[in-house]
This record gives sequence, structure tokens and C-alpha cells, in this order.
Amino acid sequence: MKISYRWLTEWADTDLAAEEVAERFTLAGLEVDSVEPVAPPLDGVVVGEIIAIEPHPDADRLRVCTVQGDSEQRTIVCGAPNARAGLKAPLATLGTKLPGGMKIKPAKLRGVASSGMLCSEPELGLGEDAGGLMELPADAPTGEPLATYLGLDDKVLEIDLTPNRADCLSLRGLVRELGAIEGCPVRYPAIEPVESESQRAVGIELQSPEDCPRYIGRVIEGIDAQAATPTWMVEKLRRCGIRSLGPIVDVTNYVLLELGQPMHAFDLAAIAGGVRVRRAVKGDRITLLDGQEIEPDEDMLLIADHDKPLALGGVMGGLDSAVGEQTRDILLESAWFNPVVISGRARRLGLATESAHRFERGVDPQLQRTAVERATALILEITGGRAGPVCEQLQDQYLPDTRSVRLRLERINRVLGSELDGDEVAGILERLDMRIERKNDEFLVEAPSARRDIEIEADLIEEVARIYGYDRLPSRRPGGRLTLNMPAETQLPERLVRQQLAARGFQQVMTWSFVGLDRLEAFGLNQGAQPLANPLSRDMAVLRTSLLPGMIEVAGRNLRRQHDSFRLFECGACFVAGDTGFDERERLGLLMTGAVSGEHFSGPARKSDFFDLKGEIEHLLERNAIQGEIRFQPCDRQWLHPGRSAELLIDGRLAGWLGQLHPALQRDLDLAQAVFVAELDLASVSRSGLPAHHDTGRFPAVRRDLAIVVDDRHAAADLLDCIGKEVGNLLEKALVFDQYRGEGIESGCRSLAIGLIFRDVSRTLKDSEVDELIKRLVARLEERFGAKLRG
Amino acid sequence: MGQTAAESLLDEALGLVAGAEDERTLDDVRVRFLGKKGALTAQLKELGKLPPEQRREAGQAVNRAKQSLEKAIEARGDELGRKRLAEQIEAETIDVTLPGRRHEAGGIHPVNRALDRLLDIFRQLGFDVATGPEVEDDYYNFEALNFPPHHPARAMHDTFYLPDGRLLRTHTSPVQIRVMKEQAPPVRIIAPGRVFRSDSDQTHTPQFHQVEGLLVDRDVTFADLKGLLSDFVNAFFEDDLEMRLRPSYFPFTEPSAEVDVRWRNADGTAGNWLEVLGCGMVHPNVLINCGIDPEVYTGYAFGLGVERFAMLRYRVDDLRLFFDNDLRFLRQFR
Repeated sequence: MKISYRWLTEWADTDLAAEEVAERFTLAGLEVDSVEPVAPPLDGVVVGEIIAIEPHPDADRLRVCTVQGDSEQRTIVCGAPNARAGLKAPLATLGTKLPGGMKIKPAKLRGVASSGMLCSEPELGLGEDAGGLMELPADAPTGEPLATYLGLDDKVLEIDLTPNRADCLSLRGLVRELGAIEGCPVRYPAIEPVESESQRAVGIELQSPEDCPRYIGRVIEGIDAQAATPTWMVEKLRRCGIRSLGPIVDVTNYVLLELGQPMHAFDLAAIAGGVRVRRAVKGDRITLLDGQEIEPDEDMLLIADHDKPLALGGVMGGLDSAVGEQTRDILLESAWFNPVVISGRARRLGLATESAHRFERGVDPQLQRTAVERATALILEITGGRAGPVCEQLQDQYLPDTRSVRLRLERINRVLGSELDGDEVAGILERLDMRIERKNDEFLVEAPSARRDIEIEADLIEEVARIYGYDRLPSRRPGGRLTLNMPAETQLPERLVRQQLAARGFQQVMTWSFVGLDRLEAFGLNQGAQPLANPLSRDMAVLRTSLLPGMIEVAGRNLRRQHDSFRLFECGACFVAGDTGFDERERLGLLMTGAVSGEHFSGPARKSDFFDLKGEIEHLLERNAIQGEIRFQPCDRQWLHPGRSAELLIDGRLAGWLGQLHPALQRDLDLAQAVFVAELDLASVSRSGLPAHHDTGRFPAVRRDLAIVVDDRHAAADLLDCIGKEVGNLLEKALVFDQYRGEGIESGCRSLAIGLIFRDVSRTLKDSEVDELIKRLVARLEERFGAKLRG
Repeated sequence: MGQTAAESLLDEALGLVAGAEDERTLDDVRVRFLGKKGALTAQLKELGKLPPEQRREAGQAVNRAKQSLEKAIEARGDELGRKRLAEQIEAETIDVTLPGRRHEAGGIHPVNRALDRLLDIFRQLGFDVATGPEVEDDYYNFEALNFPPHHPARAMHDTFYLPDGRLLRTHTSPVQIRVMKEQAPPVRIIAPGRVFRSDSDQTHTPQFHQVEGLLVDRDVTFADLKGLLSDFVNAFFEDDLEMRLRPSYFPFTEPSAEVDVRWRNADGTAGNWLEVLGCGMVHPNVLINCGIDPEVYTGYAFGLGVERFAMLRYRVDDLRLFFDNDLRFLRQFR
């Protein structure tokens, strides 16, 4: 909402400057975004009058004007088509600097001296009409500075209103508000009924009274639609951001700004029969004022005649019934539309109109008659004509009721923590034009009909707090009851995991939760991808099923930005729609690429590989004492290298996957090097075991190394499992410390060197029993896997 | 009387000891004179062959020579040991100013870093962290929070919808409802998380983070809210910033306020008012929707954008940098 400061002070008697008013509004909840002068400084620009005009001797387009300015007459060469004798127009005298930066100097145009310049609106920053000189009324005092004449010593406040304050979408509402905040006197112009001079009326039928319980129509006959809107009105409209579009539309817009009642005027000649206010039905078509032809939805309200729709009620008029320059008779509309039937409709059609903006937030249901009288008077004044009777159709029961709200002083102070007294509260309410009945410390309050937001006690408490001033209300340091609510020791906060990863060289990233379906398809991650109904773009059309595509995109971007070795991680929700329901789950993604360590003078660094990534996951599981049997087993995932991918099982439950990004995908995504990726359920690394001490013994361990040759199809994990089962408690640790294929080893086989560490917590093991164990183990491995001791 | 044989052996041996340039040579000398078959050892063995009256004196002479030699060898040995160690140290000396062997340090994303700090502050104030789903339904995101159907406040939320009518939460306020439906007052929670709005330009990203706080108990007042937020803001920025509350509108609080702080310019002078938080007293309808009697309990709620706090705290001037994930940008926030 834009409002002129001067207009505001015509009604509110205040000494505050525009900036101070803005500050008061802001601190009362009407946030003022900006305070701007209504015009650039126009020193040196005066009202000029063309006394005489002659053709230019050497140029067809130019004319030579004799112009009366402040005191003297001067000659000005002018090319404007509307320059004519007797016209009054802004004159920039010599030495003036125009807003565009141009300085007016004596000049010669095609041989004729010109001293000064007659100006158009854009040259002065006063409008957009560049078609000719800005025309001033004939009674404009010649020689008066233009800024004085137009009252340009004014500022515009742009107010960003919250949706509950529809009452402030008008001068009237803002003045009431300023009066309440400042306690300054305010005066509203008296609006008297205009006597009807004609009997011409229009039949009105409320066919959907819940949507429109009140509709007022009034015919005005014999107007001059070509009459000029007075400058004061054009200026006020302009300052509030509305362009002048002819006297009738200007008046309806003026009343909209002044009182907050959106109105519409129809060309009476276009109305067949009478007015019907009804919901749209199939087959209705209407071309709106903006030229858009629509078939309104059935939840839209129409103003129709007996044949056709005339307007989209409360949103926009129709082109065919619009008032034009030839219009003689009009029908003025002033109605109350239920917000429910307006809300969202304009948006659906890609429209944003002043009218819909107000109706969907709620217009004062008692305002329609006042508004129609005000508009009638203004129209008659500007365009002449004869007003008909006010035709009102009303279904009272569908109008919102004015209800009294109970307000308790004790409750105010209990909510605000304040110590306000009853008189203070009463004073605030009265300044807000609320009617109150007071019984000791209880009030029955009736808000002005424009205040659609006052429904319950809390609404009034807010009003009291707001006008009293939030800054004046007390403040109390945190205190209150202490309660202890400590999470379980075994519950690992996500933050801990993040910090551990950061300490291992992983950088956290944050990517979008949305992704393009085609991208998920490229990864083979599109199963269960949940589409959005209204995505921002194709690239963000579905919810991510995995962190992988986002992380790969980040990796690709950074590789292209000359980072060749890095580790990334991300924590975030992934979404999978399935037959059994919708799964939203926090996942942890890891990514590694490039060298395992930084470039170093001591020699080249090894490239990271699958085992570096696996090691990081093992480290994470070990560091956090994740409980359960942990298994990595080969797996098949479309996005992973088939020979270098594993899934992680914890106690047999799938907890995640890891591996090298599939080389084909790497190529398609134009990634310069191998990338290793993993994704885990965050929940699988969020619960540790609670430590419990047991005796670790003081007796020495015995290590034996075993080199066996075994067929490749046997996984190392299976061998180690078998060893563990065979040896039982005496085995402290078994580890593979060498793997060899090649000369001396049958093809299709490998040699594995396994270190075995034995320990008994209660005694020293004897060599002989360890020898015995090894013998048994070798026999068992041979039996199970055909493993042979390497000779 | 001339030199004894032992003495002349000793002279020879001492000469060799003095000339030994390494420990092995020195050991050779020891073996040659003092070893089992060494020259001095041989003399000791020879003693038995001497007449008894000469034995004692000769024995003493040999032993003296032996001890002298042992002493000399030890001294020379120490000397050579020191020398060898010195040489080793000399040889092993490195340029310690060369860089260590390491990989690039990791780090926490700046938004998460700010979030961690925010949560730490509220935890100290006794708030428990609560979370909820990102895919919500209309009831939790709007209806239970007192957004009337068709209300323009809904349109302001630029909601992403799923085809079945569910939506991506536009704020973390639904967590309020979920917690209050589960738990009777007192409720004292802080709800961090990702939220979504279908809006993307210089100052808006379709996804960002919010922290929402809620306290419901007996006798909770607007004054408590003011005090809490003032302490919080100054704790977060480690400053003593001027703060003001402006009336505003949120369907789920009343009275509602937006909170501005008077920012401090880099040179320490007072800067502009910056909006940092929204807050208010929990709307009675919200309490009723959760089965809590607003006549018995009151509460306050507040919400803030984590990205905004991160931008202010770490002086980031473009919101979109947070989601670009450029490593050079991210590594500034380790």
C-alpha cells in the first residue's frame, strides 16, 4: 500500500514528519518499506504559458513559441505535437537541471535561439506520458514554481501490510491507525447522500447470497466520459501508484484508496436486462479488462446480466462492459464479496488487482453505501450527469456479524507480563474507535466494522500491546522451572558424527532436496521418486531418493573448479514412495576422490580407492562402538562399479552401500577421475553400546602367520569367519596382511597371508596347543574352501 | 730398571687406542690385548711360570697395565660413541619447515555451524531438540496452526505440494503441533530443520533452515519472550545489540512480533535495524487444537532462519553461496 504523506495529514492533524510517521507505523505493526519523495527536485521549473506560436522557418516538426514564465517572455523552440497557444505547461527556465541530468542552457535550434524548455511528464519524473508536453489546467498560475503548484513537497510511504490488516488498505484506515498511535485529532470528510435526479434503476438479483450478501448499484446518466480528471486527483492517484485512466475509473480508484471500497463502473448500454450476481457455470466466457479471455471456474463469482457475464466479481471487470470515452450512462457497483469466494482466484488467473487484494483480505461490510455516495458526488462534479436512486440488495444474514468481544484486564496482564490499568486499556481501545462497555476490569468491546481481524480476546490483547508499544512492555530474563531431560548416553547425536567426519577430512555439503527425474533415472535411483505437483523447474521435479546425485553434482563442479582431491559428506532426508507407504529417512552420504593425502615433497601420494572409503566407514562404526554383527558383502547397484560395490549389513539388516561410481556413469557425467561413494542410514550410526568392563588379561599373546592359496570365488570375509568359528574365544584377532596373485600361484587363485593372534585371558598359551590349533585350522580351511598351505 | 713387558704392551696398546677412529677398530684393540687370547691376557697366564718372588710384582704390573688399558678403551669408546651419535644426528637432520604429510582438513557447513551454535544456546536455556518430517500434511503445516482455509497467509507461504495434497513443510512450526499433541505442558522445545518455499531469487532459496522454539507452561508471558530473545541474540552474536519488537502477524501467535536488532557496522558504529526473528504468544486456537486449555496455560513461540544468522555471523553477502558448495567457499568456515 502506497500513501501520500500530505494526503494523510489532510485528515490527521499531526506535526510529525513523513519519516517519523513511517517510524510510528512500523513500530505499530504497519511496516513501512520506504519513504520516497513524490518527485525529484524541480528547482527552476515553473508554470509556463504559451502566449503565441509560429512555425519554425527551417524545420517542419519544430515550432517557435513565445512563452510567459516567471516575469519575462521568452522564445522557446518546441517539437511537442500538443504545443498550442494558451496551453499551460511546465517550463524549465535557463540554468535548471532536469532530473535526467540535462542542464537547460541557451541554444540555437536550426538557427532560432531558444531560451528554456517546455517539458513532458517523463522529463520531470512525474509520469510516463511522453507523447507531448505535460498539460496543466488553464487556471494554473503562470510563473508559480511547479513544485509549489502541484504540492510536490510530499513523500510517499510504501507500507507492507500483514494480511490481517485489510482495514489499513485505505487512507481512512491509516488515518484511524495514526490517530490511535499518536493520539492526534483526525477528521473524516463528511459524506452526504446525493439526491437522485433520475429514476433510472437496474434490477439486481443476488443468486449466490453467501458469496455476495450486499450489492449496491446506481445508475448515473448523461456523463461526459471525456472530461478531464482534476489534477489534484490525478496527482493523489499517481502518488499512490495508480495511473489515471479517465474520470470514471479514476473516481472508483480514488474511493478505493480513500475509503477502502473497491468499486466498478459498467457501461449501462452493455447490460441486458439487469444484474445477476452468481457463480460461474460451464460455458460462461468472458474477456477481462486486460484482454485475457477466460472460461471461469465454477468456484468463481460473476457479475452477469441476463445474457452473459459482465465481470469477474471482486477481481476484474469485463472488456465489453467497460466504460469508454463514448459512454453516456453508467452503472456504479459497490458490493461486499465474501473473502472465501475471492481468495486465490486472481492468483489462479495470473492476476493481481487492487480489488481482489482487498476483497480476499476482507472489506468493511458496512462501507458500500458510503462509498457509492462518495463516488457519485465525485463523478457528478467531474463529468456531470444525473444520478439515479441507490439500488441495494441485501441478505443480511450472510454478512459477517459485528460481535462484542470480552476483554479481561487480568488476562491482558497475564499474557503480557505487564501491569496495565483499566483506564489505560480503555483509552487505547477508544482511540482505535472501539466501542466499549466497561464493568470494573472487564470490557465488552465492539470493533469498527472495518476491523475484520478482531474476533477473540487475544486479538484485543494484541491491539492493546501494539498501541501501548511493544518496547514499553516489560522484559524478564529467562527462568522458570528446571527440568532435566538428558538423552541416553548411547544415543549418538548427528553432530558428533559430523564432527568425526570433518576430523577425517570430510567437508560437509548441503544440496537440494529436489532433483530432476532424468537425473535419478541416469543413476538408476528413480524407483519410488516422489514428484512435486508444482516444481520450480524440471531439474527440481522430484524429491531425492538418495543424496548421491546431489553430491556427485557438487563433486563434478569442484573437479571442474580445479580441486582434484577431496572428501565430502552430507546429512539429509531422502524420500521413497513405495507400495507400503512413504519413507522419509535421514541418510549420510560420503564421497572421496583423488589422492589419499596432499601433494608432498617426499613422493607421490596414493590414489584413494575402495578400501580407503571402506576404512572410513569401518572407522566410523568402530569409533562409535556400533553394536551388532557388521558385514560387507558384494552387491549389485546400477550406479556402482559391479566389481567394486558392497552393501553394509548390521545384524543382517541393510544399513547402506558403498563403492566406486560406475565407470559408465563417470564417463556420462564427464567426471575426470574415479569417485568413491557411500550412503548409510544415519540411524544405523546413531546408537552405540554402553561400555562394560571385562578382564582383558595380563598374559602374552601369540602370533602365527598363515599363508594359504585359495580359489578366488571364496571371499576373504568367509575365510575369516570360518577361522573365528573354529578357534573361538582364544582368537583375539585375525587379519589379512598380504594378498598375492601371479607367478607360482595357480591362475584363478590367490595367496592370502593371514595373521592370527591368540590369547587366553587366564593363562599363557603353550606353543604346543597353538601348533595344534593351527593344524586343525588348516585342515578345516582345506575342507571348507580347498585352501592349501602355500609351499 | 727398564720398562716391563706389560708396560711396553700398554704403551703400544694406548697408541692404538688413541689412533682408533671407529668403534670396531677400538674393539679390535681390546680383543688384541684384553681378549681371551690377547697379549696382556697372555702375560697374566704367563705369571705362573715366574718364580714366586717375582710373581707378585709382575702380577701387579700386568694388572695395572690391564686396568689402564680398559680405562683408556672405555674413554675412547665413549668419545667415539658421542662422535658417532653426533654424526648420525648430523646426517639425520631435516628441514623441519617443510610441510607435514596430511590430507586436506574437513569441515562443517557454515549453515550447520550456525545451527549448532543456535541449538547450544537454547539447550543451555533448557530447551530440548525436537524434530518432525519434512513431508507434512495440510493439517500440521497450516490448519492446526490456525491458518484459515483460503487465507492469504497461506498464499504467502509459496508451498510446494505433492500431487496427493501433502506438502513440503514451509516452516518447522508443525513440530510444535506434533509435540504438544504428544506431551502435556510444560513443553520447552527447539525444532531445527529444513523447510521449503517455491521461491528462488537472489535472496530466496527454495530450501532453507529454520529453528523454531516453543515454551508452554503456566504463567508464561510476553515479557519472558522478550527477555529470552534478547539474551539469545546477544549470546549468539557475542555482543550487546539493541533489540526491538515490532507488531506483526502470524496466524499461530498473538500478539505477534518481528524482532529487529540494531546491527553493528564493521567500524563499531550503529548500523541499520535488521529483522532476525519472528515470534509471539501461542495463539489460543493452536493450544485448543492440541488439547491444551489456554485459560490454564500460556506459551510463546519464535522462529528464525538459520541462513540469515549464518550470513550475519560470518559476513556472507549472498545466500546462494551456501548451496553452491564450492570448496573454496566452504573451507573458510572450518
